[in-house]
Amino acid sequence: MTAVAEKTNPTEALISGRDGAAKGWSKAARADALARLRAMGVPERRDEYWKYTRPDTLTQAGAPEAAVFESDEAPIFDGVDSLKLVFVDGVFDTEASDDLALEGLTIERLETAQSDLHWARDVYGVLEANGQTPVARPLATLNTALATDGILIHVTDKVSKPVNLIYHHKSNTSDAILHHCIKLDAGTELTVLENGPAAARLNMVTEVEVADTASFNHVRAQGRDHERRAATHMFARLGTESNFKSFTLTVNGVLTRNEAVIELTGDDAKAHIAGACVGDGAFHHDDTVFITHDAVNCESRQVFKKVLRNGAVGVFQGKILVKADAQKTDGYQISQSLLLDDDSQFLAKPELEIYADDVICSHGSTSGAIDEDALFYLRARGISHGEATDLLTLSFLAEAVEEIEADALKDVILERLTGWLARRRG
Amino acid sequence: MLSIKNLNVKLEDEDKQILKGVNLEVEAGKVHAIMGPNGSGKSTLSYVLSGKDGYEVTEGSATLDADDLLDMEPEERAAAGLFLAFQYPVEIPGVGNMTFLRTAVNAQRKARGEEEMSAAEFLKVVRAKAKDLKIDADMLKRPVNMGFSGGEKKRNEILQMAMLEPKMCILDETDSGLDVDAMKLVAEGVNALRTEGRGFLVITHYQRLLDHIKPDVVHIMANGRIVKTGGPELALEVENNGYADILAEVA
Repeated sequence: MTAVAEKTNPTEALISGRDGAAKGWSKAARADALARLRAMGVPERRDEYWKYTRPDTLTQAGAPEAAVFESDEAPIFDGVDSLKLVFVDGVFDTEASDDLALEGLTIERLETAQSDLHWARDVYGVLEANGQTPVARPLATLNTALATDGILIHVTDKVSKPVNLIYHHKSNTSDAILHHCIKLDAGTELTVLENGPAAARLNMVTEVEVADTASFNHVRAQGRDHERRAATHMFARLGTESNFKSFTLTVNGVLTRNEAVIELTGDDAKAHIAGACVGDGAFHHDDTVFITHDAVNCESRQVFKKVLRNGAVGVFQGKILVKADAQKTDGYQISQSLLLDDDSQFLAKPELEIYADDVICSHGSTSGAIDEDALFYLRARGISHGEATDLLTLSFLAEAVEEIEADALKDVILERLTGWLARRRG
Repeated sequence: MLSIKNLNVKLEDEDKQILKGVNLEVEAGKVHAIMGPNGSGKSTLSYVLSGKDGYEVTEGSATLDADDLLDMEPEERAAAGLFLAFQYPVEIPGVGNMTFLRTAVNAQRKARGEEEMSAAEFLKVVRAKAKDLKIDADMLKRPVNMGFSGGEKKRNEILQMAMLEPKMCILDETDSGLDVDAMKLVAEGVNALRTEGRGFLVITHYQRLLDHIKPDVVHIMANGRIVKTGGPELALEVENNGYADILAEVA
């Protein structure tokens, strides 16, 4: 390849000048990922998997500028007793964070974890690589190759409180590549909370290994910055009788693509993944989910709700793959949008691919306007048009919020959401 | 209190006249009933008064004391003291009944420039009023009207009325879908709210609700206007002879 051709190759342009923290134990995985990335190339608009979301601003060499949103609110989970770990523009902030210590787990920075016998060797880039078929996810591979920071959590025993990853966005041009690995040993439980916009552009991968009978709960709020961009991937592998629950709230953000790739590999496992988003104006939000049932009697639920207005765009691509031996699978998938005006758009591609013959799988996707009868009912009780619209918006999002395991966290999300809607109403 | 003069209403999207010159005065402290066959315009009258979309007033007026109802948004009419108990209360998933009630009470108070009710005060009042209507804690907690039986939905309407303390109450076919016991309970709820300052307009097909909510005046509505007005005995006449005789008589 000539030097000129190399410069114009978008994959090389994106790689150029970046250096992941290629130390010790992760070196081989990073080299492997880089080779895989070069082979597949970054996503392009013509790729079927990127049909509804333009990848160009996620793959261009530098992050597009994104103004920092000045918020007067405390971070959403500040009221929750947790181990707080802070990242600023994708860099771990030791000063602002709690000590990396919590009974029942070991926790280290990706950047500084050194041991050659590190447990994360079996997770880092492994779940990501495993999630590359049948659809390539080059942004995740790029992340494995070039991640600059992240957290490694190994849960070995009873843990008393959640781990809260707090992301601040302070630079207009920050380009963060974060990679987290989480491993739950058999019978353990962990809740991870994430909040904040992270950077002008964020590429984040989280790999979660949930061993037999372990439970992982995840609640995420992606901040209120209007101009930030984010491409996130959650790769999870679930053992026998394990539980996995993930909920994401997205309000604002010019571009968000949240991918979840979950594999149920042990019998009687349960995976619930849900998202609620509220988009107004320059807002493009894409939920892309791939759930593979590869064991008997497993349950999966996908619940995604989007409220869109002023030209906001919502995308849902969700697939349930039931392999031939995954009998007694119970799969459910719903994606719905509430379009508050004629300018907004919802694009949905729900898919089922089933090879087993004894399964229950249902899926549905709807787009609709606000229910006029309900709106009139509320207004006839004296509730203003704006406030009634907000109540019905919350009502619409409720099914997704209900997927959060802990009631206290449910309330935190609902309270913030209510507040944000009220502020927007002015 | 409620004064309707020569009210003419057509459907917004169709060239169909529904109300053809309705005249009605409901005084404070009185219960007026409107009876009439299907399609006579009873429910339309309740919707037009409360401000539902889809209707066009072509002539006439409707005022509540000094307020010109037809010039107000639905929420402004509610804050001015108008209440419609719906024939088909709407189910709203994900919004707790309590949240809904409190939002409504405080929205009206705010609109009237009054102080909002505190959470503690609200809870105390709503519990007491719910108890009278045999509405249990679970019904208060559940999403608005979700999974409520027909009777529960109507009792919930009356609870809203009791909480909002309107001056003019319109009950649209509140007896529909109710068994005898449920109707009694609803009627008791309504009767408890009968005061000197409050007017009622009870819309019904059947006389039986009026056994429990005794009206002062009964109107018969047909083909978009009020064709006959009388005392409670008029309702009994309908019960015994149907509408045919009355309609023939006024034709």
